[in-house]
Amino acid sequence: MTKIIEPNKQSNIFKRPSSETGIWSWITTVDHKRIGIMYGYAAFFFLLIGGLEALVLRIQLSQPDNNFLTAAEYNAMFTMHGTTMIFLAIMPISAAFFNYLLPLQIGARDVAFPRLNALSFWIFIFGGAFLYSTFIFGTAGAPDGGYLAEEVGWLGSAPNGGWFGYQPNAGLKYSPGTAMDYWAIGLQILGIASLISAFNFITTIINMRTKGMRFMRMPVFTWMTFAVSFLLAFSLPIIAIALFYVTFDRKFGTTFFLTEGGGDPVLWQHLFWLFGHPEVYILILPAFGIVSEVLPTFARKPLFGYAAIVFAGFGIAFIGFGVWAHHMFASAISPVAQAGFGLSTMVIAVPTGVKIFNWLGTIWGGKIKLNTPMLFSLGFIGMFVIGGLSGVTHSVVPADTQQTDTYYIVAHFHYVLFGGALFGIFSGLYYWFPKVWGKMYNETLGKIHFWLMLIGFNLTFGPMHWLGLQGQVRRTWVYAEETNLQFWNIIVTIGAFIIAVSIIVFMINWIFSKRNGEKAPFDPWDARTIEWTIPSPTPVWNFSKAPEVKSLDDFWHSKYDEDEDGRAVRKESTDQMLVELEEEGLNPSENIVLPNPSYFPILLAAGLPFLGYAVIYKSIPLALIGTLFLLIGGFGWGTEPLEEEVEENLEHE
Amino acid sequence: MSSSHSYPHEPTGVETRKLGMWVFLSTEILFFGTLITTFMIFKGRDFPGIKLTDVYDIPFTSISSFILLMSSLTMVLAHNALEANDQEKTRVWLLATAMLGAVFLAGQIYEFTEFYHKGFELSTNIFSSTFYVLTGFHGLHVFIGVVLLLALWGIGQRQKGLTLEGGMNLEFVALYWHFVDIVWIVLFTVVYLI
Repeated sequence: MTKIIEPNKQSNIFKRPSSETGIWSWITTVDHKRIGIMYGYAAFFFLLIGGLEALVLRIQLSQPDNNFLTAAEYNAMFTMHGTTMIFLAIMPISAAFFNYLLPLQIGARDVAFPRLNALSFWIFIFGGAFLYSTFIFGTAGAPDGGYLAEEVGWLGSAPNGGWFGYQPNAGLKYSPGTAMDYWAIGLQILGIASLISAFNFITTIINMRTKGMRFMRMPVFTWMTFAVSFLLAFSLPIIAIALFYVTFDRKFGTTFFLTEGGGDPVLWQHLFWLFGHPEVYILILPAFGIVSEVLPTFARKPLFGYAAIVFAGFGIAFIGFGVWAHHMFASAISPVAQAGFGLSTMVIAVPTGVKIFNWLGTIWGGKIKLNTPMLFSLGFIGMFVIGGLSGVTHSVVPADTQQTDTYYIVAHFHYVLFGGALFGIFSGLYYWFPKVWGKMYNETLGKIHFWLMLIGFNLTFGPMHWLGLQGQVRRTWVYAEETNLQFWNIIVTIGAFIIAVSIIVFMINWIFSKRNGEKAPFDPWDARTIEWTIPSPTPVWNFSKAPEVKSLDDFWHSKYDEDEDGRAVRKESTDQMLVELEEEGLNPSENIVLPNPSYFPILLAAGLPFLGYAVIYKSIPLALIGTLFLLIGGFGWGTEPLEEEVEENLEHE
Repeated sequence: MSSSHSYPHEPTGVETRKLGMWVFLSTEILFFGTLITTFMIFKGRDFPGIKLTDVYDIPFTSISSFILLMSSLTMVLAHNALEANDQEKTRVWLLATAMLGAVFLAGQIYEFTEFYHKGFELSTNIFSSTFYVLTGFHGLHVFIGVVLLLALWGIGQRQKGLTLEGGMNLEFVALYWHFVDIVWIVLFTVVYLI
């Protein structure tokens, strides 16, 4: 008998939210799949905004001595581009994958704390809105001797001290106005969102695994989620405290990072990069996980060196805490420290290399199917290797000192974060599209997207290596005509627009396929992991009953046997098994208890921007409003039973 | 959990909420670690103006530290009482814990006001800044702890009373409370004694 237990609509104090469709059902949802989808769309929205900011930058740089943007506007645009792409696009889009896939990959019904999960999402939304409200409320004054006040304009009223917020440049003296306050407090709020999701995912992976899902049977994507969650949990507190100090310096007259009061600007750099370098791996490890799922599926071979890939991931995460000062070779650190951090930077290339060779080993001799997800994964390997190699060159301190603050660095980290992280993310978006929507995407458009993006990407960021080595300085709004840099700069700008076109192709494909795409079979890729054992789109309850896992790549082994030569042979019973699986997945045979939706996550989250404004404008009423939201949200949360009353219902029936 | 629920839970045998709390506390260590590190870095440097050693009163802070430590004892007593299912005693010890925490907070507020009157203000010098942010951050934790304890005490007034299962339970709050106490031992040593 199929039955989903209706949640009890009356709680002690507040009426329980009850809608199952429409906007309220999304606002009050605690379903990890819906939260994942919302994360995805919100992050993609910010990706578009960050992309527009990049295009504006590239228009300015397409000609020498251009005046499309003023210096003030340029500063604001590159700051917001970096901040947006890192904190509002790539991190949350990874969170979208974690949310949607993690419970499915470990065979759970939801994450460990569904309401906390909703809370992280809403804090992220409010944090992003808070940061972007700087364009409406924020002011970026003109420092003495800097650009003129009238050059700031509307576009310039955003944070302008760089995403790294170096002190004392980002301090009150050189960045007057409130824009950098929006940046510091905005990142603080976004950090809270990521921290909460990190607790949630760590606990979920440790404690919500299904029967037989031992650690060494978990899919690699789950492993990478685990590693990223630890990175988040241990690096975000550091930046949180550093941002506290910045806010105190700017608002309450302390001098943590200002030499005039005995503070230390280099301390900011240490604290920032102690967070900032693990952050790089926070951005890239999810893509490693996605690629490790896609390659074996489309090469039709098991992942080569599963354990090595897992441990290499954790090796990277661990060593990632010990290389931060290679961002600071041009700062005041001792030669011994420079040598040490140069060495550790070389060392971290080793586990990364282990992964690359394992991926190559995976596709070696495989029956490769070149579908769009596979193309993006292969593109990922190529582009990431280029970015990784230019990265290792930074461990050579004298060379790095030469390249610091040039476009060579810009080229390097875009090869890692765009060619790496974003290619991996697109690979995943195509790969799991059928799972999420129950439809197939358009393969031709997908391939057009890939090739356009690959070409546009290399045209954009490839020439930046040359530009950087020729001495074009980053974060500078013009270059002189005599420098002879315009040829490659115009190529770079053309490349940026080709990327924009490829994104439009992607969006057309997405919207069209989601509406009119072919119906997807529930295992379209003949995949290996257990999220493909359930119908597409995923039913609300995920698994009809808790799956039992007997080996790594359990689903594959239930479909295939090995012959004497070690080749995979499809079992005769497979087709019948798939039919039964789908039947069972759609018609659960037992009562299913789902967590109730809740108003309180969004209420609680809504308090944080008010507290942020309260600090910026030193306003007691705003602080009280914020606290009121926190109290109502917290009190309602604490007194709202999650599942207990459902049990009571059962007993009464 | 109802019997019809086939989902296995907690393969590690640790209650999920408790595990979440442990993970949370592990990140708290980094919050305080960063603050303490900054404090230690700046402590050895030259700075103008009045120093903590000019204004503090070790006996006073020792007593308030003792009070905070005693609150850990009452917290354990509350937990024991609940394990013996003695609701009355549980509530008493919970309230006692919250009160001891509140006394500590009052002491800290008194201390801060005293320091301010003696000219040791937030922006006096780098040392005073780190001092206030560090101890204030801990004070905020104590405050949140007191709110949690009072909330538990309030929940305990209901007919069902407190249990060791479910949402925000006593064990959960106790973990947090003991953590905040332990951090104070470190802070007291680092800030006042060394």
